Amino acid sequence: MLGLRLYMAQRLSAMVMIPLTLGHIAVMIYAVQDGLSAAEILGRTKGSVVWFVFYGLFVVAVAMHASIGLRVIVHETLGLKGRALEIFMWLAGLLLLAMGLRALFAVTLP
Amino acid sequence: MPFHHSRIETVLLASTQEMDVSVWRGDATGGGLEHFKVPAQDSQTILDVVAWIQQYADPTLSYRYACRVGMCGSCAMMVNGVPRWTCRTHVKKVLKDNAITIAPLRNLPVIKDLAADMDPFFDKWVAAGGVHHPTKSRDDAIETLDPATPARVETDTGIECINCSVCFAACDTVANNPDFLGPAALQRAWTIYLDPKDADPNAVLDAVSGKGGCHNCHSQGSCTLHCPNELNPMKAIAGLKRATAASFFKGGR
Amino acid sequence: MIRPHRSHPLWIAYLLHRLSGLGLALFLPAHFYMLALALDQPDKLDQFLRFADNPLVKIAEFGLVFLLAVHVFGGLRLLALEFLPWSPRQKTFAASAVGAAFLVAGTFLLQAV
Repeated sequence: MLGLRLYMAQRLSAMVMIPLTLGHIAVMIYAVQDGLSAAEILGRTKGSVVWFVFYGLFVVAVAMHASIGLRVIVHETLGLKGRALEIFMWLAGLLLLAMGLRALFAVTLP
Repeated sequence: MPFHHSRIETVLLASTQEMDVSVWRGDATGGGLEHFKVPAQDSQTILDVVAWIQQYADPTLSYRYACRVGMCGSCAMMVNGVPRWTCRTHVKKVLKDNAITIAPLRNLPVIKDLAADMDPFFDKWVAAGGVHHPTKSRDDAIETLDPATPARVETDTGIECINCSVCFAACDTVANNPDFLGPAALQRAWTIYLDPKDADPNAVLDAVSGKGGCHNCHSQGSCTLHCPNELNPMKAIAGLKRATAASFFKGGR
Repeated sequence: MIRPHRSHPLWIAYLLHRLSGLGLALFLPAHFYMLALALDQPDKLDQFLRFADNPLVKIAEFGLVFLLAVHVFGGLRLLALEFLPWSPRQKTFAASAVGAAFLVAGTFLLQAV
């Protein structure tokens, strides 16, 4: 169901997320030592421009990437197509973007 | 003796192993498996088994074959869930618990029993743009091409396709995405795109960038795994993805 | 059960990539919801993080890190397949992606417990 544009959006968002994902996993491995706490996490991220850009980019890219991926899965397993498929993809993308940005602001705004 | 045998068969069968062969019978409206007992022989292909059933057990069985020596691809069927050329599939290779299941090729409509309708396969072959666009007329000198150039070597790896549809039947993306043009059609498009004698490679890129184009391939690799001619459609499709992506950045398609 | 024509390494790599992507896509809204609690209900977030100290939760987190790692390493293999010159070693890369994902997720689990 993918033409060239959606395919390129999928691949480009994937490429953007490679360093972000590896960075995120590294942070998780570091942060999980000796338990997690809200104070420890927010102490790192609140007011930080670096984390804002890092996770901001991550949220936008993942909203695009995941919604296109879900579109393919829903088309190939459930047979959804046409307008309904387009609406599904956009809804999924907007939901992830909205929730992701909310989480972003929650942890990075001072 | 529950099945149809001549007297000679009866005598021979007394000392012969019999296999349990299930064959899909039916047409476009539906069908199911029918069961036959087929005598095992030392050198026997699945095509031999099908022919035996039609000749000795049930003359109403419909199936296709032509060369019976692995050149034409007409005898392709699903054998124990795997698409194969039945004339080149030795029974001993696929027999499991003394049983075999034979069905028409997947992902194609059925005409009758083991004969599938090849029209959708060829429609997609044409739709993928695998048609040569000439640059010269018969009045021009014949262009000499070096067979050793990398592009020609790459093209040559895809031109032996005999349109047997085994890759088409093996592909789950063909099964799940009705628009997907499929491995064979896209491989042919790739060979046309690479051909320096072709006038319009961009037409090929357009043809493979649509709704059912190369970008729907998930690189499962069943096509390459099962191709009886050992071709590599997955690699060809990756080539098309590279070419279309490059074109995306250069020409802004 | 997986049909016979599907039980080969590259098909399994495809399945793993699809399932890990699906799993991550379904996990993300919950993840974003938890983090957003820092805005107006920070003690609820802390409560959840304390609950997450439970070893069973850590094993679930290991699973999530594995899904993310296998999806990104498998994705690297696909990007290489599609944009770099062809390599015949696709099965090796697929297996390496799974191995690397186990290593990474295992490291996480060891740090977590």
